[in-house]
Amino acid sequence: MDRLTYFPGCSLKDEAKEFEISAMAVMEALELPLVEFERWNCCGTVFSLTEDDLMHQLASIRNFIRAQEAGSEEIVTSCAMCYNTLKRSSLFVNHAEERLEKINAFMDEEVAYEGKVEVRHLLEIIRDRIGWEKVEEAMIHPLEGLSVAPYYGCMLLRPKQVGIDDPDNPTIMRDLIDALWATPVEYAFQAECCGSYQVVDHRELIVERTYRILSSARRAGADVVITSCPLCQYNLRETQSELKEKIPTYDEMPVVYFTQLMAIALDVDSGELPGPLLARLPIEEGVGKGEG
Amino acid sequence: MARKELEIIEGLWEKVEELSGQNIFACYQCGMCSAGCPFTDEMDMLPNQVIRGLQLRDWNTMDCSAMWICASCFSCQVQCPKGVDLAKLMEAMRQIYLRQQLDHVSIDDMTPEQISKLPQIALVANFRKNTG
Repeated sequence: MDRLTYFPGCSLKDEAKEFEISAMAVMEALELPLVEFERWNCCGTVFSLTEDDLMHQLASIRNFIRAQEAGSEEIVTSCAMCYNTLKRSSLFVNHAEERLEKINAFMDEEVAYEGKVEVRHLLEIIRDRIGWEKVEEAMIHPLEGLSVAPYYGCMLLRPKQVGIDDPDNPTIMRDLIDALWATPVEYAFQAECCGSYQVVDHRELIVERTYRILSSARRAGADVVITSCPLCQYNLRETQSELKEKIPTYDEMPVVYFTQLMAIALDVDSGELPGPLLARLPIEEGVGKGEG
Repeated sequence: MARKELEIIEGLWEKVEELSGQNIFACYQCGMCSAGCPFTDEMDMLPNQVIRGLQLRDWNTMDCSAMWICASCFSCQVQCPKGVDLAKLMEAMRQIYLRQQLDHVSIDDMTPEQISKLPQIALVANFRKNTG
């Protein structure tokens, strides 16, 4: 069986465990399992945007070396932040001889990076290598009647050189929702920034963003929002408690990873699901845990 | 936040261009960047005003809060008809501060409760962007 060289990233081992549990289970069911490579390290979370800064590329490049050692020329990740950082690093150094030379000389304790590792996001793999039809065929519980709002955020789509879809009119998540027989919801803020790391020192800004994004999805009829980024997920999920304090009538919007939605439909382990989503599922209780 | 003043270094404007790899004079002020930016409400200068300030070598630009509000979401980058990557210019301006040891956030100013509530992905990203 083919397998993917998988980069989990730090969040998926910690506060985003349900992302990893569901991604692993879904890919197993789709017969293209994710196999974690040895000794991976943090990607650095954000790509350094300055031209002279080779130092902040090292974290990504060490991962490429690990993949190279494992005999792979491709790494796959489901975290949108890791995807963006790793992908941009690969574009920054692959085929850039001078940069590669400098970096390899600096990391002389490592074997030289050959500049050949490609970075892919899990959604791309599902679209391009598995195909929506196969996802549909593997489905056990069609999600008919469930309205799902895709939230792309930034890192899957921008900058355009690394985007996995059209940054102005993305369809990849809508196609996934279609394949699961759920109803995709179109709304204005699906690719607008949630505020990202500003949650650390401008939390009020994130609360405001969350309100805009989720109330727009709600007005468009969404029962649930899906994401691919542990930071978007945290911002959209956690700041809703602050919204509830400010607006007593605020109705919580469940936010889950796209792989959790797939896991429900494919009847494999979805990891923990939010109560409000379970109540809205058009299928009987107990599904999504591999018990259905 | 205690911040010392930015030291005006020789060739500062050229440094912004060099660090960002951008040609600021390619911008013809269409305003698409500001139209698409989700954070203009919080900014003291609009994104297009920041780049105009850089073109005019206006010192006030280096004092703007906008560069610290920009979360590198790249909305401006995909909208710019001239291919200017404004997110890279914002990063270069931040780097001018950070490379003078003028950090914008300090972990010492945060309470243990604040830190424990936040996910590592937010903390690492924030410190990568706001400290040198």
